[in-house]
Amino acid sequence: MEAMLQPVADLFGPTWPAVWTLLKIVAIIAPLLGCVAYLTLAERKVIGYMQVRIGPNRVGPFGLLQPVADGVKLLLKEIIVPSGANKGLFILGPILAIAPSLAAWSVVPFGDGMVLANVNAGLLFLLAITSMEVYGVIVAGWASNSKYPFLGSMRAAAQMVSYEVSMGFALICVLLISASLNLTDIVTTQGSGRFHDMGLSFLSWNWLPLFPMFVVYVISGIAETNRAPFDVVEGEAEVVAGHMVEYSGMAFALFFLAEYANMILVSILTSILFLGGWLSPVGFLPDGFIWLALKTACILFLFLWARATFPRFRYDHIMRLGWKVFIPVTLVWVVVVAVWMISPLSIWK
Amino acid sequence: MEFKTFVFYFLSAILVFAALRVITARNPVHAALFLVLAFFNAGGIWLLLHAEFLAITLVMVYVGAVMVLFLFVVMMLDINLERLRQGFWSYLPVGALIGILLVIEMAMVLGGRYFGLDAMPVPPEPMAGFSNTRELGRVLYTDYVYPFELASLVLLVAMVAAVSLTLRKRKNTKYIDPSLQVSVKREGRVELVKMQAEKED
Repeated sequence: MEAMLQPVADLFGPTWPAVWTLLKIVAIIAPLLGCVAYLTLAERKVIGYMQVRIGPNRVGPFGLLQPVADGVKLLLKEIIVPSGANKGLFILGPILAIAPSLAAWSVVPFGDGMVLANVNAGLLFLLAITSMEVYGVIVAGWASNSKYPFLGSMRAAAQMVSYEVSMGFALICVLLISASLNLTDIVTTQGSGRFHDMGLSFLSWNWLPLFPMFVVYVISGIAETNRAPFDVVEGEAEVVAGHMVEYSGMAFALFFLAEYANMILVSILTSILFLGGWLSPVGFLPDGFIWLALKTACILFLFLWARATFPRFRYDHIMRLGWKVFIPVTLVWVVVVAVWMISPLSIWK
Repeated sequence: MEFKTFVFYFLSAILVFAALRVITARNPVHAALFLVLAFFNAGGIWLLLHAEFLAITLVMVYVGAVMVLFLFVVMMLDINLERLRQGFWSYLPVGALIGILLVIEMAMVLGGRYFGLDAMPVPPEPMAGFSNTRELGRVLYTDYVYPFELASLVLLVAMVAAVSLTLRKRKNTKYIDPSLQVSVKREGRVELVKMQAEKED
């Protein structure tokens, strides 16, 4: 690879590292946006079949061109800025929503060594970047200068701050047993242990010893992305569409893109942290990116399944679940894992 | 100019601008958002010093949590500039005192050679595979474990104090007790009564 690219590198001279990094960024973002587009179609199809409907089937064969049609429609619509809105922040809102959800992908490893930035503190970086996602919602809600968006952004701020805590504690358990903040190291440490030697690698992944944390992480992930059944931020019965009420056209589409990119991010992180990333579940099959994609797709299906199945939580129930159930459970489990690790019963030595 | 120097001046310029706007912006929400920008750039400068743990923690704690709650409060303010300007002269002495203290402290850092600060050796370049996070954790939990625990206790006390100061227990609040909800049986709610069919003659 290096030798093959050498002539091209010579052509660009000293700017080559920048050009090469840009190319890698495009190679991550372009497929990601494609996935986002088709995730919207998958969502409508899956929910359609769960409700004994067909779902979109008019544009293209089986409705496969529906995302393209939606994209074109949103691009051509006018962006209306309300006259009472704070114009600068109104435009900044969608940008602040989409930027962190794309920036977080820079440290996500897709395979052994297949990562844009292999930073030591990758997990911390992810926590920091994902904690900034809420700004887009807050700024948009405030800048709209309207009641419903404001209520929506208040709810978003409270909800995201509460679930970040339990999410953080779940991650602390993961880094306790992998002794590293580097995502590649976290995956490779899952590929060892007694079950791995028996060829049953999927039993040595983090989900089994950390099962309560796995559940907490997935549910907190759904809450962090403001997806059903935790979507009170845009609960249409109460606050119409929350922070997105005043947005139209591409500005609205950016919120949509950010939400779906975040969904994929949480799914791929769950696969990396708890489900062994790109490691194959059994000994006789080779590791590879395909496993990571499959695991991510399964978690994404869980997201859609939850949306089709559960009614929306009431607001106080969301807060109760976050503060009074998840945080005590995770706090106790951090101590349990720490004691387990230094006890003679430890399975990570 | 070395690329690193360029990055440093770039981040510092934005940081100084954002910090200035924090105190000059008329709108408190704008000021809070500029403070977010300032934190972010300060994190960037710390990254240049190989302090990745501190930099990311700064962004995570201050940008991700503290400022979100700050904005939460500031957004709900009724922004009335006339009222905000009231009391400028009465707050001035305290503000000026703090300002002078800050200026003295900054002068001591910036004019370090008059105070012997340049006697500090330049930290060595980190080796490959050096993890700032691991080193910081090792130092915190071995050499500085007592001060660290003491600081955490002080924080805990402050937290408990803040909660107990603002806690107002209302007698007439109606709570839903989920454990009672779950334990509801059909027999407790529905009574089946046997009765003769009533006929109209």
